[in-house]
Amino acid sequence: MIPLHHSPENPSQPSSAPTRSKPQQRDWISFLLIGLALLFLSLLIYLPALNVFVQAFSKGAGYFFASLQKPAALHAMRMTLSLAAVAVPLNVIFGLCTAMALARKRFLGRTFLLSLIDLPFSISPVVVGLMIVLLYGRQGWFGDVLAANNIKIVFAFPAMALATAFVSMPFVAREVIPVLEEIGTDQEEAAETLGANSWQVFFRVTLPSIRWGLLYGILLTNARSMGEFGAVSVVSGNIIGKTQSLPLYVEQEYKEYNTEAAFAASVLLALLAVATLIIKEILERKTRVKDQE
Amino acid sequence: MTLSTPTQVRSVKRSFWKRVGQTFVNAPWNWIVMLGYLSVMLLLPLAAMFFKALELPLSEVWQIATSPIALSTYDVTFTTAFLSALIGGVFGTLVAWVLVRYDFPLKRVVDASIDLPFALPTAVAGLTLATLYSEKGWIGSLFAPFGIKIAFTRLGVAIAMTFISLPFVVRTVQPVLSEMEKDIEEAAWSLGASRFQTFWRVILPPLLPSILTGIALGFSRAVGEYGSTVIISSNTPFRDLIAPILVFQRLEQYDYSGATVIGVVMLLISLLLLLLINFLQAWGQRYNAR
Repeated sequence: MIPLHHSPENPSQPSSAPTRSKPQQRDWISFLLIGLALLFLSLLIYLPALNVFVQAFSKGAGYFFASLQKPAALHAMRMTLSLAAVAVPLNVIFGLCTAMALARKRFLGRTFLLSLIDLPFSISPVVVGLMIVLLYGRQGWFGDVLAANNIKIVFAFPAMALATAFVSMPFVAREVIPVLEEIGTDQEEAAETLGANSWQVFFRVTLPSIRWGLLYGILLTNARSMGEFGAVSVVSGNIIGKTQSLPLYVEQEYKEYNTEAAFAASVLLALLAVATLIIKEILERKTRVKDQE
Repeated sequence: MTLSTPTQVRSVKRSFWKRVGQTFVNAPWNWIVMLGYLSVMLLLPLAAMFFKALELPLSEVWQIATSPIALSTYDVTFTTAFLSALIGGVFGTLVAWVLVRYDFPLKRVVDASIDLPFALPTAVAGLTLATLYSEKGWIGSLFAPFGIKIAFTRLGVAIAMTFISLPFVVRTVQPVLSEMEKDIEEAAWSLGASRFQTFWRVILPPLLPSILTGIALGFSRAVGEYGSTVIISSNTPFRDLIAPILVFQRLEQYDYSGATVIGVVMLLISLLLLLLINFLQAWGQRYNAR
């Protein structure tokens, strides 16, 4: 409980040491290191990000808006929104149940379950797509049953939604588990002894205290769902105007040498990424302020 | 006492499965949702792939897994991903250091932007990197006069992989670095250690587990990467074709066995990497606890 390191206002510490080390920090080495880091980040992140916007508007704003209103582009946007609308709620329910099941109990196999939940992050998106094709495709396990009942999963929306949900599965559980571990069970037990039923306890006590972690998880799930390319690409069949999400549309337009149209659609996805980062920053600040209280 | 008749064993077994069944039925509903979702979404597809691979005769599996084209894609994938993860490791540590120790304008924006490779859809990353590093692009045109082609070669793949793996190192090193006490460094300084000695002997050792964890995480991500690499690579076999793209091409040709075998190889490698990462994290925790 007692902090072992010296507090900064410790009078016994010589006050000259920090003031002497301050100018040392501002010498040529620090400038060199900052410069190198910024150069590296510019080559890898900032110039590519800037390039998206410059290329998208290289034929003028008129062309930009016109290419976004093409039927195929509009369909791709709707597709991306629908994929997220299916994958995000599914993973929120799964994530919350998992967090409630695993955060507060210690038992044999808990570590195993935790790493099982993280597994989707380590599997290549292409392999994810492959697995879904092997399961629901024409030659797959359920191929005959599905064909007999005239249900189309692969090369249609259901498989794309499955692939999207697969790759974004762990985010909510991952963000909520540490929060649940930290808040403990005192308040919930108090609510229970005061006569609240389990739904009341969840909605009035648990949910408010995990809300920022949950929102953070939803944010990451949504970003990954809307941006997923590899897994969706394998199972979609990439039929223009039918099974094409926005990232697939970007690749299609690029392959057909409609670079400006590809970049116009990319602007939407890049804006999504920027918005995600800004909201993430706000949520992180919210949780940090709460920690300091 | 240790001897038991077969009937006893059977009854013990039966009661065990009965107990398992009962526990599942009586389990809280959140457990049922979790296990049900995990089985349908994760375990069933995994089983489908492994059983598909087991259906094939072993000799055929071996033949596909070690065919010249497969071997060349492993070579391209792993060497490129390894180099990218190393570059990411060095520069990621540098970026983390600069962000923790120095103040400069727009530092918060720079800090937030590190996560862009996580947030930016990979297709967009591939598209913009391919144009930027192509012969006519802003950066590619600087190298073109020297006869260096970046996009549509292995070099381009390396750049996409470095982009993907960069945040892993920064985000694993940053917290460890900001918790590190400056006292030890100052002690080393005051005892006459040079800047280089202080870095090499005092700062680097406690950071090493987290740097290695970051590199392993980045490597594991880079090995499986598809979206950005498929766009920036020319996908020529034996030159810059990587394993995930080979799986995709096999599937496009309806060669399910070929795709499955290479997919299983990739999956086993990612599982090995996951074990390595867990080991590195445990090592890091032990290091910090000391």
